[in-house]
Amino acid sequence: MLTAVLTISLLGTLFGLGLGWASRRFHVESDPVVDRIDALLPQTQCGQCNFPGCRPYAAAIAAGEAPINQCPPGGAAGIRALADLLGVEPLPLNPDNGAEKPPRVAVIDEAACIGCTLCIQACPVDAIIGAPKLMHTVIADACTGCDLCLPPCPVDCIEMVLRIPVPGGWTRPRPAPAARAAGAAAGTA
Amino acid sequence: MHADPRELAKQAGQQRHHFPGGLRLRHNKQISCAVPVERAALPARLFVPLLQHAGREAEPLVAAGQRVLKGELLAGLPGGEEGNPDETGGAPMHAPTSGTVSAIVRHLVSHPSGIEGRCIVIKPDGLDQWTSLHPIGDWRQADPAALRQVIGSAGIVGLGGAVFPTGIKVREASERGIHTVILNGAECEPYISCDEMLMREQPGSIVLGAQILQRAVGASRTVIAVEDQMGAVHQALRSAVDGAGARDIDIVRVTTIYPEGGEKQLIQVLTGLEVPSGGRPTDLGLLCQNVATATAVARAVTQGKPLVERIVTVTGNGVRKPRNLLVALGTPISSLVDQCGGYTPGAARLVLGGPMMGYALASDANPIVKAANCILVLTEEDIRAPQPEMPCIRCGECARVCPALLQPQILHWAARAGLWNETEDGGLADCIECGCCDFVCPSHIPLVDWFRFGKSELRRRELEHHRAEEARRRFAAREARLALQKQERRTRMQEKKAALESDREKQQGIAAAVERVRQRREGEP
Repeated sequence: MLTAVLTISLLGTLFGLGLGWASRRFHVESDPVVDRIDALLPQTQCGQCNFPGCRPYAAAIAAGEAPINQCPPGGAAGIRALADLLGVEPLPLNPDNGAEKPPRVAVIDEAACIGCTLCIQACPVDAIIGAPKLMHTVIADACTGCDLCLPPCPVDCIEMVLRIPVPGGWTRPRPAPAARAAGAAAGTA
Repeated sequence: MHADPRELAKQAGQQRHHFPGGLRLRHNKQISCAVPVERAALPARLFVPLLQHAGREAEPLVAAGQRVLKGELLAGLPGGEEGNPDETGGAPMHAPTSGTVSAIVRHLVSHPSGIEGRCIVIKPDGLDQWTSLHPIGDWRQADPAALRQVIGSAGIVGLGGAVFPTGIKVREASERGIHTVILNGAECEPYISCDEMLMREQPGSIVLGAQILQRAVGASRTVIAVEDQMGAVHQALRSAVDGAGARDIDIVRVTTIYPEGGEKQLIQVLTGLEVPSGGRPTDLGLLCQNVATATAVARAVTQGKPLVERIVTVTGNGVRKPRNLLVALGTPISSLVDQCGGYTPGAARLVLGGPMMGYALASDANPIVKAANCILVLTEEDIRAPQPEMPCIRCGECARVCPALLQPQILHWAARAGLWNETEDGGLADCIECGCCDFVCPSHIPLVDWFRFGKSELRRRELEHHRAEEARRRFAAREARLALQKQERRTRMQEKKAALESDREKQQGIAAAVERVRQRREGEP
């Protein structure tokens, strides 16, 4: 009886020590949930979610202070991804935050620009270049289409336009039910 | 024990192996092989697209109104001649004939999307006058790096259809170490015969191109693969090889099974080895090039001529006189069809490429690009009345014919449901879009359309992810900068305040000194 108790206790202690050592030795830096939520957000930094950027919104979601349906640029797909990650039911996008729009870029009417630099200060991703009293322009590749440069412009010379499709960046449409490959049926066999 | 695949690959061509799946298709090549290749007449306007290679659009280097000579540089790599070694490098574009640049416009570019891209419009002057050419004197003595440089700057791309810039390909290949060059003359898709005609008519230049490529990448031998149904071709190449005295070139006849001309399939037939998923033939020490690419290399090195023309098969029941034409890049398709006797009354669909992998074009105003190997005009009878698509019955026929050993029925289901992780795990990236599954599907499901959609969707997601990362980085950089500026402003203020303080002290010191002096003066007299 005593032998059995001692043996089991000894084994338990040994395994406990082993596990304790292993958990220190092979410690995995776990991915904090804020980072993982932030990774799913579109990073437009537009503030439509009523937070001053994507990361603050991610932090709020992680803390349970904000619902997952406040990000219009992420749209339904983004909400689904968040729901999958957090194990909650997907919600429809909150219309108070805005509507899902196709990707757009800001374009400055360069003839009308007076060089006030207000839009440069408003851009969250430094996608506008220019200098005081000189023309400004948008780096289209870096623009996230967040609309934040529109309100400060005193002469309304910024316009949001759809991204011009280029052959290299084309994405195929979903196949229509009746579509067949180009000539797949051409008398072969 | 497992032998090193690179060592095994050195046996390429000594034994013929098989690849899984595939189909035996009716050839339909004879109709365009009856007459020799002839040079197509120049049209009134050439439309040279700036995107003719895998990668990003090139930047134009000419302006409207400028006179150009044939072979002059029209558009170059983003980032200059040297270019980036990464895949967005691209290939330069040269003037297909002499004439005047009339404009740079958005025009159809023979892209499956039908989206217009930028084109340089050239009005030919009819002289077809070459610019000054700088061939390499003796390629046998030339530095391999110089040969690779010439191949890159001649704007050569893979003419089999993938249009990957050859300059980048040979440079990467030479860095990896290549023992065997494979020239792909196994033109397996029905109707297309441009490579067959090239091998019949210019076997010498193919052999020369093979030797130059071999030297450029430091390979020790070359295997030229042709289909066993191309009788005359084998003879022609054999005598060209004998004529050149090239003992290190073997010609191998492979069984005609579609798609044995696919790069990975051909390598499997020649070596019995699979190119690893996500890998390249260079992993096995092999460099695979199309035969037409080899002639372009030979022309670039020995004559100094860049890639400005290619052989195009104009065929199908929808044209009156199907044939092969040597075409200046940028020639509108309509001009070629006119030179082949025009459309027959039943012509119904214009396809760029073959019936299996090609795509329909909406207009014959599309120009010939580097990738355009075949213009196929199909008639109403060719286009089988599209049967209604039925649900998948899980018969597995598609998996049986898939040369990449994929499970098309599962990939299709995942792509349809938008399960992108599953499509990725299922190996969608390894799909070569050969169309075999599509062809045998008893439910008439457009499988390849779904796979192309899926690939494009995966690319888009990748791009979006990349964009988001970039935006995050820029946002973080901005935040950091603003914080730094704030910090700097604060320290500046403090310094100023401190300076003001010390200034006051100094003033007081001076005042005190003045006071002392005055008191002393007052005390003196």
